[in-house]
Amino acid sequence: AMDTDLSSQDRKDLDKFIKFFALKTVQVIVQARLGEKICTRSSSSPTGSDWFNLAIKDIPEVTHEAKKALSGQLPAVGRSMCVEISLKTSEGDSMELEIWCLEMNEKCDKEIKVSYTVYNRLSLLLKSLLAITRVTPAYRLSRKQGHEYVILYRIYFGEVQLSGLGEGFQTVRVGTVGTPVGTITLSCAYRINLAFMSTRQFERTPPIMGIIIDHFVDRPYPSSSPMHPCNYRAGEDNGAAYPSVEDSQEVCTTSFSTSPPSQCVFTVTKAHFQTPPPVVTDTLKVPVMGLAVSHQLSSSRLSYQPAALGVGSADMGYPVLFAGGLNAAHPHQLIGPGKEGGVPPIPSQPAHGTQADQERMCTPLDGVHYSAATPSSSEDTETVSNSSEGKCGSPHDLLETIFIRKVGAFVNKPINQVTMANLDIPFAMFAPKNIELEDNDPMVNPPDSPETESPLQGSLHSEGSSGSSTGNTHDDFVMIDFKPAFSKDDILPMDLGTFYREFQNPPQLSSLSIDIGAQSMAEDLDSLPEKLAVHEKNVKEFDAFVETLQ
Amino acid sequence: APAMNCRAEVLEVSVEGRQVEEAMLAVLHTVLLHRSTGKFHYKKEGTYSIGTVGTQDVDCDFIDFAYVRVSSEELDRALRKAVGEFKDALRSSGSDGMGQISLEFYQKKKSRWPFSDECIPWELWTIKVNVVNLANEQERQICREKVGEKLCEKIINIVEVMNRHEYLPKMPTQSEVDNVFDTSLKDVQPYLYKISYQITDSLGTSVTTTMRRLIKDTLAL
Repeated sequence: AMDTDLSSQDRKDLDKFIKFFALKTVQVIVQARLGEKICTRSSSSPTGSDWFNLAIKDIPEVTHEAKKALSGQLPAVGRSMCVEISLKTSEGDSMELEIWCLEMNEKCDKEIKVSYTVYNRLSLLLKSLLAITRVTPAYRLSRKQGHEYVILYRIYFGEVQLSGLGEGFQTVRVGTVGTPVGTITLSCAYRINLAFMSTRQFERTPPIMGIIIDHFVDRPYPSSSPMHPCNYRAGEDNGAAYPSVEDSQEVCTTSFSTSPPSQCVFTVTKAHFQTPPPVVTDTLKVPVMGLAVSHQLSSSRLSYQPAALGVGSADMGYPVLFAGGLNAAHPHQLIGPGKEGGVPPIPSQPAHGTQADQERMCTPLDGVHYSAATPSSSEDTETVSNSSEGKCGSPHDLLETIFIRKVGAFVNKPINQVTMANLDIPFAMFAPKNIELEDNDPMVNPPDSPETESPLQGSLHSEGSSGSSTGNTHDDFVMIDFKPAFSKDDILPMDLGTFYREFQNPPQLSSLSIDIGAQSMAEDLDSLPEKLAVHEKNVKEFDAFVETLQ
Repeated sequence: APAMNCRAEVLEVSVEGRQVEEAMLAVLHTVLLHRSTGKFHYKKEGTYSIGTVGTQDVDCDFIDFAYVRVSSEELDRALRKAVGEFKDALRSSGSDGMGQISLEFYQKKKSRWPFSDECIPWELWTIKVNVVNLANEQERQICREKVGEKLCEKIINIVEVMNRHEYLPKMPTQSEVDNVFDTSLKDVQPYLYKISYQITDSLGTSVTTTMRRLIKDTLAL
């Protein structure tokens, strides 16, 4: 029995392998979300510093963060290393996209040879990770980051938390490697519902605001780390801030033996580097501008969207942008970050014409800050006053598009000149708005007639209904390709599209007026549970009301 | 002679004509990424060290897709050549555009003279291709996305197979290394492999079998 126990040398080697495997895993994941194509060279002679015989560069900051998160520990049962990838818009809204988990379970493979088979299998697993990091939805998102959003990473160690991924997240297993002390597993859980997050959760789980705020303020882990942009700023950060080379680089000199593995020679030494410290070089281009976007979320950023307006029995089609994942039976009640400090950045009397539209265009710039401050109410006030100084870019700057299709597709469908950014809804830009293509895609949309479906469905899939033409009059500023069903109604004196546009930016609810906004964020948070309790108590009433709308 | 323990994996894709090459390269490169090591350097006492394998991202032009391949121009050239031939054969076959390309990993077993060396396959990947014709630009756009999604699934499938950690040839001694690995490339060392393809004619039979039948019938007269 004693023969099969791990020798102390094997144990040391195994621990080292696992440690460096964890560090390389983090590097691969973060580098795959930098937004750049990665390229490293093969080298026929071993350089002595390429763990697992793979050329994976080490970004010093990333190694530093990973080591900080691990704080000397190794993944073990119940203690997993997680790399969380999230997206943050220029307005400050954020959304978790993926959680990569490096876990250890109890299933041991006592027979396996550490410095031979385990090492090679870990190498294989890293290759699989390289491949898999390119096939989850976040890859394509990360390749397009920089303008409207950035991709952030966060490393934590402990229990895996998947609740931020939204409903119906998918998992993909990258692979497993059995070792004498347990089986290493590497997997990824990723969000598939990239549309507006809140809708389904309204019914049973806490509303979205809780998730967004908790995410940044009330973390489940006491020692959780802050988010970091995957695109980081090199240069001055190098060297000074991070541990010296000797600490951060351990050399792996490997020799393998073709004789029976028991005679394997394997040495791992700390090298005294003659070569210059590892700087991220050529293949990883790093933008000059640091993107430390401040965390702006606060409870004052709440607003309720207007209820869907019924027009007789033919209900108005609800704006498409709320439709992704929207339960047709609950047409409204979307909760999301609103305006800061309760100051509406747009006039309360929405008017047609260029003037009003110009003002609306300014709002996206509210969210763009390049200071690494922590959220505080004073900062919010500052923010608000800055924004009202009219830092408006030209409308053309804002006429860009990004949007994602609902499930699984990596589609960037550039529809002309529409931006969601001026809608005061988080991730408005990600709302599915591509009715046109979806309409024509028989795989997505079976050609049913609108009448047979609920009003919402009908509006979603309406084909060439008459509301479309007028809805597009103000092409530059229409936020959605809006085709309300049954929009030509003799009862109404005006066109439905016009009606909707006029009232799409209602004044703030008085409950969210500036008085509330002036309070501190903490107070707002405190009052939330009460408000929630009240709403929950009246849930039956709300449901009944909703029924009457159908 | 068929091997005892050759595992076989089959993948199927439907693509537009101009997507054939990129789709095939994506799959083949992903497999070879997992089936290539760094160059071995044998030292005394039967030990060896292994070189370093670099990797790089490849963006597809006709598919909304990207994949990782081994950084080796020689290997890339070899695959492109094979895939190019396959694509040409598909195009000129005049059939419904169906065929398959196979990537087989094998070991050489040296035999004594006068017998020639045996090639014993231990893993066979077959990609069945169905070429579709599209009517307009909109369909092409949808196809770009759909094929991209499909390829993502294929990559996940390939990784699943690789993760099973099933039979792999034993690490060879210096004298045996050429029976297991292709040592002809200067920067990486894939397992010995060969690529072949077949075009299926519209009757669903492969062209090779059709030819054989024709010849047999002719001889029978």
